[in-house]
Amino acid sequence: METNLLDNIILKYQNPSGKVLSILEEVQEKQGYLSRESLIYISKNIKVPLTQIYSIATFYSFFNLKPVGTNIISVCMGTACHVKGAAEILNNLEYLLDVKEDEITSDGKFLLTTQDKNFSLNVARCFGCCSMAPVVRINEKIYGHMTINTLPKILKEYGWIKK
Amino acid sequence: MKISSLKDLDAVKESVLKKLVPLDTPSIRVGLATCGISVGGNLVYEEFKKQIKEKNLNISLSKTGCIGFCKEEPLVNITIPKRGILILHKIEPEDVNGILETIINNKENFDKVLCRINTWDHIINGIIDYGNGFKDIPLWNELNFFKGQKKIVLRNAGIINPEDIEEYIAVGGYKSLYKSLKEMSPQEIINEIKDSGLRGRGGAGFPTSLKWERAYTEKNSKKYVICNADEGDPGAYMNRNEMESDPHSIIEGMIIGGYTIGASEGVIYIRAEYPLAVERLQKAIEEAKFYSLLGGNILGSDFNFDISIVKGAGAFVCGEETALIASIEGKSGRPKPRPPYPAQKGLWNKPTNINNVETWTNIPVIISKTGKWFSNIGTINNTGTKVFSLVGKVNNVGLVEVELGTPIEKIIYDIGQGAADNKDVKAIQVGGPSGGCIPSNLFNTSVDYNSLTKLGAIMGSGGMVVMDQDTCMVDVSHFFLDFTMDESCGKCVPCRKGLKTMFEILEKIISGNGEEQDLIILEELANTVKKTSLCGLGQTAPNPILTTLKYFKDEYQSHISQKICPAKICKNFIEYTIDTNKCTGCTVCAKQCPVHVIDGSKNKPHFINQQQCIKCGTCLAVCRFNAVSKIPKNKV
Ligand SMILES: Cc1cc2nc3c(=O)[nH]c(=O)nc-3n(C[C@H](O)[C@H](O)[C@H](O)COP(=O)(O)O)c2cc1C
Ligand code: FES
Repeated sequence: METNLLDNIILKYQNPSGKVLSILEEVQEKQGYLSRESLIYISKNIKVPLTQIYSIATFYSFFNLKPVGTNIISVCMGTACHVKGAAEILNNLEYLLDVKEDEITSDGKFLLTTQDKNFSLNVARCFGCCSMAPVVRINEKIYGHMTINTLPKILKEYGWIKK
Repeated sequence: MKISSLKDLDAVKESVLKKLVPLDTPSIRVGLATCGISVGGNLVYEEFKKQIKEKNLNISLSKTGCIGFCKEEPLVNITIPKRGILILHKIEPEDVNGILETIINNKENFDKVLCRINTWDHIINGIIDYGNGFKDIPLWNELNFFKGQKKIVLRNAGIINPEDIEEYIAVGGYKSLYKSLKEMSPQEIINEIKDSGLRGRGGAGFPTSLKWERAYTEKNSKKYVICNADEGDPGAYMNRNEMESDPHSIIEGMIIGGYTIGASEGVIYIRAEYPLAVERLQKAIEEAKFYSLLGGNILGSDFNFDISIVKGAGAFVCGEETALIASIEGKSGRPKPRPPYPAQKGLWNKPTNINNVETWTNIPVIISKTGKWFSNIGTINNTGTKVFSLVGKVNNVGLVEVELGTPIEKIIYDIGQGAADNKDVKAIQVGGPSGGCIPSNLFNTSVDYNSLTKLGAIMGSGGMVVMDQDTCMVDVSHFFLDFTMDESCGKCVPCRKGLKTMFEILEKIISGNGEEQDLIILEELANTVKKTSLCGLGQTAPNPILTTLKYFKDEYQSHISQKICPAKICKNFIEYTIDTNKCTGCTVCAKQCPVHVIDGSKNKPHFINQQQCIKCGTCLAVCRFNAVSKIPKNKV
């Protein structure tokens, strides 16, 4: 945990409106997840009880409490993507990456990480690209009109190797 | 630079108008909203940039938002002085060289032309004349997709550069703010909104003027306004585009709202999945401050108003206003009973007025064109327009803005051009997880708050997902319940337990163990949850079930009594088989099968081991000989 980084982030958000959410979001953006130590440090420094911070970190699906893989793949499970076959895309990804849905983490969040830690797979509720359904996001990049056929090719761009 | 008078605004307008309507330099604008970027619009933009620089061309290049015709993206607008704008569609980086050549050779034979624009009504400053050439290309509003539309909310989307406040000013931006601050009292503004009949676009359709009046009459030195940009309906993206394509129209609306109710601070609460919208709004806020249109002493008056952005963190329920406020305050987003309403006790317990993105973008129009003008659009009690995101199994996917009161059939068949792939439209789903499914035989219904509610659906925020024969309505209900159950905050029992129990019944039905009485229990539970839940989430979550039970009971019944899924979606009722006559033994499916359960040697027909098949559909997708098919399973 880099206290310097945390201090800087905390300093940035002075306006009480949105303060806690913004701090947690930026810490996660920088560190990939919210570690226990970070949460304790933030709680002490902004004087918000740890219970409240923990409640937020578990309530919102955006936050990860465990380390994540190098590349994060999010499959959109919104309505437009659903009717265009998002479930099949997700299903295929689970097999291609060799991660299973029943490995849902103890905090109840759907985030599956491959053994080599190169990929984490999760689901999302619409990226607002419904016109391009089905949609998959890898890191910051959005891929529209996904098909089962194109998945392996795209995964390879991120260092995926076929078993 | 400070703007403090109408003269200053006009000066900016005059000097900038030539950016939009160039006198001698051709200009290129690439549609770069998230939708355009996701299909490669940014690569096209970079290619233009590179080649214009390399060739040292006198052509200006900029970004624009999305005009709504997402099916045709990436879109590129070419403006040729005196002739007008051509919209080119499905442009790839390889097309860039040809486009530039055509421009520099002063030719008109562009490839991939979609339509032309000669004049455009930006509403507030009226019609701008972009030129009168390209006569043999269809006009934009001659295309089926645009023909029945009326653009008020999307008045600037896909035409102006959303990252340039000057262009917004050039089309009449911030004039309404000037008028409000300098020529109108808060009560006059409220009256104007009242005359307009504007109802909130976030879902429930509550009259905007009533809300404003309530917040205005509260006595408090500190008040807030909030823009609800949480856009929770998965499958709807109107608000995203409004923010990405015309961010200043929202900001202008909010400043007017702040002045009217007496607030000094505004918050835009925006979902985390929309990074580009956050970026553009942030930029817009900074630019507005630079021009003294936001911040201290706005337009030289004594009115101070600031806007900050708060990003959500992935919770649907935070779209509900009291949960949203809790979220901004740094708590879990759990709704509170109302009253007290946010207008009395909102953010930090201060009077707060909260409106949806689209509601805010309508405000500058009403101030400038008058409430009476606005009330003539749409129908009585349902005035103005609404933007719908028309997606799913429809030909023309995109954002569609129509007058309220337009019949559904016009949107689906005329604008949307019916189902894709020569199929038939079976139903539409409106209003997302709180809405309902409407079957095609009721498509003569008009889209307005009252008619849709009568059918058991709701208008919602504007999601419209089209479904064809290959959509299973039981699966759709299951999908929405899975969603609302997951998003239930857990505070009240009916929503927390009721949705879960309903979900379990649906699981039972789609796994092949359904019984006739399940439907009775399902309906009873749905009605109970609807009546007894604390907030709008639980009160509306049963709508998808109730409407599918009402209009598509036969589909439930075939799952229960015949053990058949008519749309061949529910996995327990189908299997994949390989036609041995058609299979050439190319081995592609066997290689691609993620669970390796397809057997067969090269050049010989292949077989699927049904016991181990996970029904992922890969074999069907990869077979080039049409040998794989999905068929009803004999027995469950
Ligand atoms: C579960 C739930 C989710 C909601 N989601 C949104 C949303 O995403 N966007 C929105 O503007 N309003 C949403 N609303 C409605 C808001 O509570 C509120 O009515 C609205 O923001 C008011 O703005 P308007 O009057 O301009 O429509 C939601 C309501 C409920 C009950
Ligand atoms: S439903 Fe998938 S991007 Fe909107």
